[in-house]
Amino acid sequence: MAKINYITHDNQTHTIDVQNGLTVMEGAVQNDIPGIDADCGGGMACATCHVYVNEEWLDKLPSKEDGEEDMLDMAFEPKQNSRLSCQLTVSDELDGLVVNIPSKQV
Amino acid sequence: MIKKDVLIIGAGPTGLFCAHQLGIIGLSCEIVDNLDKAGGQCIELYPDKPIYDIPAVPECTGEELTNNLLQQIKPFNVKFHLNERVEELKKAEDRWHVKTSGKQEFDVASIVIAGGVGSFEPRKFPLKECEKFEGSSIFYSIKDKTVFKDKTISIFGGGDSALDWAIELSNTSKVNLIHRRDGFSGAESSVQKVKELNDQGKINLYTKYQIYSVSGENNIQSVKIKHDDGETKEFKTDYVLGFFGLIMQLGPILDWGLNINKKAIEVNTENFETNIDGIFAIGDICTYPGKLKLILSGFHEGALAARGCFKYAKPDEKLRFEFTTTSKAAQERLGVKK
Repeated sequence: MAKINYITHDNQTHTIDVQNGLTVMEGAVQNDIPGIDADCGGGMACATCHVYVNEEWLDKLPSKEDGEEDMLDMAFEPKQNSRLSCQLTVSDELDGLVVNIPSKQV
Repeated sequence: MIKKDVLIIGAGPTGLFCAHQLGIIGLSCEIVDNLDKAGGQCIELYPDKPIYDIPAVPECTGEELTNNLLQQIKPFNVKFHLNERVEELKKAEDRWHVKTSGKQEFDVASIVIAGGVGSFEPRKFPLKECEKFEGSSIFYSIKDKTVFKDKTISIFGGGDSALDWAIELSNTSKVNLIHRRDGFSGAESSVQKVKELNDQGKINLYTKYQIYSVSGENNIQSVKIKHDDGETKEFKTDYVLGFFGLIMQLGPILDWGLNINKKAIEVNTENFETNIDGIFAIGDICTYPGKLKLILSGFHEGALAARGCFKYAKPDEKLRFEFTTTSKAAQERLGVKK
């Protein structure tokens, strides 16, 4: 279990206990956090679960698999700290993770 | 006006198999899809990726699955209306009138929405000011490349469309290619070609830049781009092209009065009818307790929705349940009767 902090575009912080093994995307969708669409359901095929990861967490995340960077090309306003939240699997190490949700997904 | 028993919206695997099930029970249908080919997400998102969970098919790609389904519905001569999006829906006594973006009109007894996660539309620039130039000097697809001759074109994106058009247009236009990182998702050979053309001065390649602003009166005059490190550059341009792939949007279906829950249409699990009589929803676009977004679930939903359509198409007849192994009627419809 890890506490994941989702900060929506209007600066509201939603802190959710997410079970290990779920993704950061699933944690958001299952708890109705606004701003994560996840149209393709975690298939890394749509770039609508895009988040900005707080700098101090970037190195602690699983590294990007082939295809995530390609998909991020399609995201709305990608930045260097952009990740697809469907690729971030929650574990104890991610307790306290802070992700910012962009103003739009498409 | 085309008169049929059923109109299917969406030519993905679920819509295709529903057409088969309609054919088996003797109902006619046509299919509308916004893409230029049948297959839906299977063809658009993962044509080459293997799928391992189609019952009795240990492994097949999205393209193979689509081709097999098309083969399976061949006996029913289903007509497709591709590159068209359904726009308007009107109740006409006990039938439905549907109009598409291509001005095609249908008169049907029922509608099956098999729209996946919506219709595929090009992903656009995030800047609000880009909207007013769209269709005049900003494009997300190219219909007539001759307008670009001897002009300055700024292309954004790093996939095959962006690379291919940059290469192609560099023959007749001044091309700037702008991409947000050094890596490209397009074919390696195209990447090499673009780099060669950049070395020869035939393409100006800017990586780690993204669009920052556009300016101009009726047409775009210049575009400003911003580097990852904050530095900006501005240059004159006649046209701006963006190739960021496709997104999926529900579009006009949202305005039809259907019960929508988290971008999906609520249905019953008896025949996958929505809250509106005669409108069914199957596949990824429908939701109900326990919904699984699997292709096999879409097949099941399509089979039941097809039977649900029967009472609207043939209110005076009773549908008898039959197996294709033994039903003479079904075999006749399949054209396999000995």
